[in-house]
Amino acid sequence: MTYLAKPKLHHPSLAQNKVCYTRRDYEGRVSTLCAGCGHDSISAAIIQACWEMDVEPHRVAKMSGIGCSSKTPDYFLGNSHGFNTVHGRMPSVLTGANLANRSLLYLGVSGDGDSASIGIGQFAHVMRRGVNMVYILENNGVYGLTKGQFSATADQGSKSKKGAINTESPIDTISLALQMGATFVARGFSGDKKQLVPIIKAAIAHKGAAFIDVISPCVTFNNHAGSTKSYDYVREHNEAVNRVDFIPTRQEIVVDYAEGQVIEVEQHDGTVLLLRKLHRDYDPHDKVGAMNYITKHQAEGEVVTGLLYVDNDAGDLHEHLNTIDAPLNTLGAKQLSPGMAALEKINQRLR
Amino acid sequence: MTSPALVGATPVATVASALAAQPTAMPSITATNDFVVKFANVNGSGSASANELFAKAILRMGVPVSPRNIFPSNIQGLPTWYEIRVTEQGWLGRRGGVDLMVAMNPQTWNADVREVEPGGYLFYDNSKYVPPSKLRSDINVIGMPLTEICNATYSDARQRQLFKNILYLGALSVMLDIEPQVIEQLFTEQYKGKEKLLDSNVKALHLGRDYAARHIGRIGLTVRRADKVGERIFVDGNTAAALGCVYGGASVCAWYPITPSSSVAESFQSYCQKLRVDPETGKNRFAIVQAEDEIASIGMVIGAAWNGARAFTATSGPGVSLMTEFLGLAYFAEVPAVLINVQRGGPSTGMPTRTQQADLLACAYASHGDTKHILLFPEDPKECFDHSAAALDLADRLQTPVFVMTDLDIGMNQRLCAPFQWDDRREYDRGKVMSAADLESGKDFGRYLDVDGDGIPYRTYPGTHPSKGGYFTRGTTRNAYAQYSEAGPDYLYNVQRLLKKLDTAKTLVPQPVLRKAAQPARFGVLYFGSTSPAMEEALAALAAMDLHVDAMRLRAFPFPDCVPEFIAAHEQVFVVEQNRDAQLRSMLINELEIAPARLPKILHYDGTPITARFITSAIAERMRTAHGDRA
Ligand SMILES: Cc1ncc(C[n+]2csc(CCOP(=O)(O)OP(=O)(O)O)c2C)c(N)n1
Ligand code: SF4
Ligand SMILES: [Mg+2]
Repeated sequence: MTYLAKPKLHHPSLAQNKVCYTRRDYEGRVSTLCAGCGHDSISAAIIQACWEMDVEPHRVAKMSGIGCSSKTPDYFLGNSHGFNTVHGRMPSVLTGANLANRSLLYLGVSGDGDSASIGIGQFAHVMRRGVNMVYILENNGVYGLTKGQFSATADQGSKSKKGAINTESPIDTISLALQMGATFVARGFSGDKKQLVPIIKAAIAHKGAAFIDVISPCVTFNNHAGSTKSYDYVREHNEAVNRVDFIPTRQEIVVDYAEGQVIEVEQHDGTVLLLRKLHRDYDPHDKVGAMNYITKHQAEGEVVTGLLYVDNDAGDLHEHLNTIDAPLNTLGAKQLSPGMAALEKINQRLR
Repeated sequence: MTSPALVGATPVATVASALAAQPTAMPSITATNDFVVKFANVNGSGSASANELFAKAILRMGVPVSPRNIFPSNIQGLPTWYEIRVTEQGWLGRRGGVDLMVAMNPQTWNADVREVEPGGYLFYDNSKYVPPSKLRSDINVIGMPLTEICNATYSDARQRQLFKNILYLGALSVMLDIEPQVIEQLFTEQYKGKEKLLDSNVKALHLGRDYAARHIGRIGLTVRRADKVGERIFVDGNTAAALGCVYGGASVCAWYPITPSSSVAESFQSYCQKLRVDPETGKNRFAIVQAEDEIASIGMVIGAAWNGARAFTATSGPGVSLMTEFLGLAYFAEVPAVLINVQRGGPSTGMPTRTQQADLLACAYASHGDTKHILLFPEDPKECFDHSAAALDLADRLQTPVFVMTDLDIGMNQRLCAPFQWDDRREYDRGKVMSAADLESGKDFGRYLDVDGDGIPYRTYPGTHPSKGGYFTRGTTRNAYAQYSEAGPDYLYNVQRLLKKLDTAKTLVPQPVLRKAAQPARFGVLYFGSTSPAMEEALAALAAMDLHVDAMRLRAFPFPDCVPEFIAAHEQVFVVEQNRDAQLRSMLINELEIAPARLPKILHYDGTPITARFITSAIAERMRTAHGDRA
């Protein structure tokens, strides 16, 4: 038993999902983050999304780097294996894990320091490779764990708690992920669970590199006036382009909507995303358009949220590498060693 | 100054007759099946395959050869050499000295000419006039108008260049008495299905032979058919290591190109494509990723191994430097990983194309904190194969990184070695892994708990069981049940258990190989890896001088108990290494608490492979001094 067992007295009224787990079964240890930290809300959204998606908890591998955000995998999915790797290098470990067993769900959790500063190289390459995963970046514009230094996503001109002004231009992980070839790109806000949970669900259903940047205020070091990653700022400047309704399988869509207001996106596995448009011109299949829109609106100080880009025909790294369907970690000597007869032929050629 | 011994300018039947015509008699080297030929070429001129054919032809005549590529960090234009020792006695180390220089590179002419042993031979392209002042009078100079003949025969520029190599191969075959049928047979194998190429190569070969028969003849060096090669194969260590990973069951390979290791991953890829594709679906039973750097390579290896696949990376010194943070994590979090380190001269702008054994300390103690890693030291390609496969077992068994420490000398040169063997009944040792059934049966699972007293805990693969066996992997801030803890006693329990695990490792790693001297010996010698062939020859030479030393070849770190016993049994033990700082010796002193004076160092580190001559004279001198001390 390697997680803190919580009393698992299932209240009869606790609803079970299709795989017979209650929401509780998706929880982890008690969080040690600061009260009010945005990261905890994201953990809650992950728990909700996994439960609603009927994901078996032990079929999830939780991978993270280093930071307050990277600690959170300990606080959800307590029965899953987790791996707290090294700072900025979670993507490579996740990639390797994914290569070993393609049948699990890989959930990468990282911070803005972890992904955009020290780990920007691995961040870029994991998107390029199309590793099948859900990559959640808990973006607070600071290094929480090392006490409040600016990270590479801090906006130019934003003010630190100690009053310093950030003079360097920010890295926008959304634009970067788009450019690097992520096939599902979304931005959420930890304070808007209603928007975030369906986005995570859709990302779970997506086959390929799914990236979600979640603005997640650090209440201790970056929630003051002058910060562009504070609760107040994001609430005031949230520019949601759409709302996602996630329909688990292809079923009749009964949502009531005015024509032209909803985009249906059928995913690889038959699930459907209903995108309720909040902006008439926003098309999440148009990558260049998405980039333009994001660049334009962010320049105006807005925080563009929603499902920003999805490629429903995306493939993943295993497809690119043409690996067998069975997880590589299930193969034994029979399947992996070509045998002495083949070796003797090789010997013969080397004489 | 006497005039240079020019041969080839006028048609002569043999060099001997040309020499007889010399005013001063010059001793010419005569040797059969025991000499060194060196080819001085221009990188990218297509000489490599002709030179390899030359080596293989001699091998096919039953005479062992030992070639070495000496090449620059460059693709085209810079000088490159191929030095081949013909050795009926089977001494596969580098001998030193050159008996016949095939000087095809004007850039390095002076140095190449200088290198020939007195009485040796210089073969060159005399299409352009070379003034006698650029030659030597104490060597036999043999000119052949290679360029002229090629220009007269071929119109295509590329052909003119490529067939020059085949032409000199033909000439050499006459000069040294190499059977042309053997070369033709090699061509036939090489150009199977490409009859045109086969034909033109055979023609070029005979063009060279005809010229040589008419104008040069035989020289004092002779290849004579023998029966000294036997079943042995001729292969480079990188290919062998790759094959060891294929047979050892590696299914994930992540790497970043770096000389001299790149061909490990490239060979792994090509063997997998031949041997590891599922015949029914056409899909791969392997995944290879060329990562963005070595940090990512080792990260992928760790991720894959954590998740139960066998994974490896191949790299060299600068790559290891980048990997060190991750190596510490793998050590403390107890995740298997296999690294093939093909060592070269450091640092990044060091000597990437030269050999050294200079990464021992960097690998044995890679990373921050109290870390110690398993190192294996293969001596030749055969052991590259064996150790790579063994490393995959050891990494799983011990749940820790394992380095296979080869070097450029073994990795990038073809070496005669025992054929590869694989027992088809062999199962992989996956180490202590709890299955769903184990967990279901109620076995206590503590990820970092020492259940068996050997320091090795049990692990589970992700996804094994719905409610049992899950754990959160992190460095050291946890207790034996992988629960978060920063408590001192939990930390101590853990790191002391890791030491116990290393004690267990001593009994599992390949054990040292002991060679007792013919007579009781006061002195011993410790060596490892690519020093091996030179050492064997040196030991024979020393014995012939009545100098007797017991020799122990180390095959792994941590050192098994027989190593300190060996040292204790001798007055002094020479430690022979190919690095400046006597790194192995430091480890012996450090790990085994041996007085430094007991371990005299013998070090060779100019980037060229160590030679028997070097070892013999170094040991002989010290032994004589020591004997003198006594007298
Ligand atoms: C190689 C390395 N350098 C520095 C650190 C120290 N460090 C730990 S967390 C962190 C920043 C984390 O920031 P972020 O990823 O934004 O996470 P947050 O705490 O804000 O959630 C740093 C610099 C480290 N762990 N490893
Ligand atoms: S320091 Fe900031 S990021 Fe870290 S737990 Fe506290 S609020 Fe969250
Ligand atoms: Mg942060």
